[in-house]
Amino acid sequence: MINLKINGKAYEVDADPSTPILWILRDHLGLTGTKFGCGAAQCGACTVHLNGDGIRSCISPVSRAAGKEIVTIEGLDPKLSKPLEQAWIQEDVPQCGYCQSGQIMAAAILLRDNANPTDSDIDDAMTGNICRCGTYQRIRKAIHVASDLRRKK
Amino acid sequence: MENKNSRRQNRLKLVIYITLSIGFVSAMAMSLKNKTVSKNEDGNLMATIAGDNSTNSVADPATNEKENNSETINKQREQESKEAFLAAYKVFMHPRCMNCHPKADVPLQGDDSHLHAQGVKRGVDGKGVYALKCKNCHQDENLKGDYLPPGSPGWHLPPANMKMVFEGKTPRQLAMQFKDPKATGFKNFKKDMLHHVEKEPLVLHSWTYRTPPPLSHAEFVAKVKEWIDKGAAIPDK
Repeated sequence: MINLKINGKAYEVDADPSTPILWILRDHLGLTGTKFGCGAAQCGACTVHLNGDGIRSCISPVSRAAGKEIVTIEGLDPKLSKPLEQAWIQEDVPQCGYCQSGQIMAAAILLRDNANPTDSDIDDAMTGNICRCGTYQRIRKAIHVASDLRRKK
Repeated sequence: MENKNSRRQNRLKLVIYITLSIGFVSAMAMSLKNKTVSKNEDGNLMATIAGDNSTNSVADPATNEKENNSETINKQREQESKEAFLAAYKVFMHPRCMNCHPKADVPLQGDDSHLHAQGVKRGVDGKGVYALKCKNCHQDENLKGDYLPPGSPGWHLPPANMKMVFEGKTPRQLAMQFKDPKATGFKNFKKDMLHHVEKEPLVLHSWTYRTPPPLSHAEFVAKVKEWIDKGAAIPDK
């Protein structure tokens, strides 16, 4: 059995320690907000936070999370998730939406570490998350909006 | 009275002759002494002196031969030092080493040293930026499977204030960089350089995945050690 802390809640999971965190979240715990994209850390769709770092859950064995805290899109701090959600809706960012969970988890780390990012900061932070629909311009704009919303509150 | 004066004059002449003789002998002795000192202190001057027929007896053929041998040995050591560096250079410039010592702020990847996918960047501390920290994907161990990220504890690039660029550097430029404490941060060149190539976990890790460098780690360390022990000579190009 593996003891995990996910979104502030304790879980006990019966799984092989080499099982990727992604499949623990989706198949064992039903937290399906995190998506499978490439399975090789190439696309960013599976991004979750592990002790605050934006890890790729598809290549991270669950043993990596022992004694640490996982945060998924379902459990993102409202101080970050609310302005991002509002901005994403305002700018009508998603097209198919498949990559958006990973996009928002990466954007949340950017805004946590940089309250007022420039276009260049956004490009540096988001370049690892691929969007097949090409919503990059809207993502960049929405991050500026979310940044403004956070600073106004 | 006249005889008395004549005797006085003769005595005076004798004193003058003796004084002049002593002066002459002293001057000759000092001259010889100076030549001997110069011979010991300065090999080049010795050669000049040896070329003077009047002082051939000062030049010692055995000493000349010894000094020539010493010069030959020094030149040989310098050449061997350069050759050792050139052997180690093949490792420094191999993708397993050079990929993390890029000239830009983007690490390199693969045996063709292409720019790292995902557009990852060095960051101030060399550990990446925002959601693209090196350790997010490069875990404590190599992942099994094609195209999956290799890993080691402490995976990172050199920091932004000390980039230690290998990419694009000639052997001469790279050797000069290693010997520049402002570029390396080494307080003790020999000790710190050897420690880095011999003990640094990321250096050791370079031999654990994909195409390994052209020398074994032990051979590489031996070449770096030889380079330093024989004077850390700077290659010509």
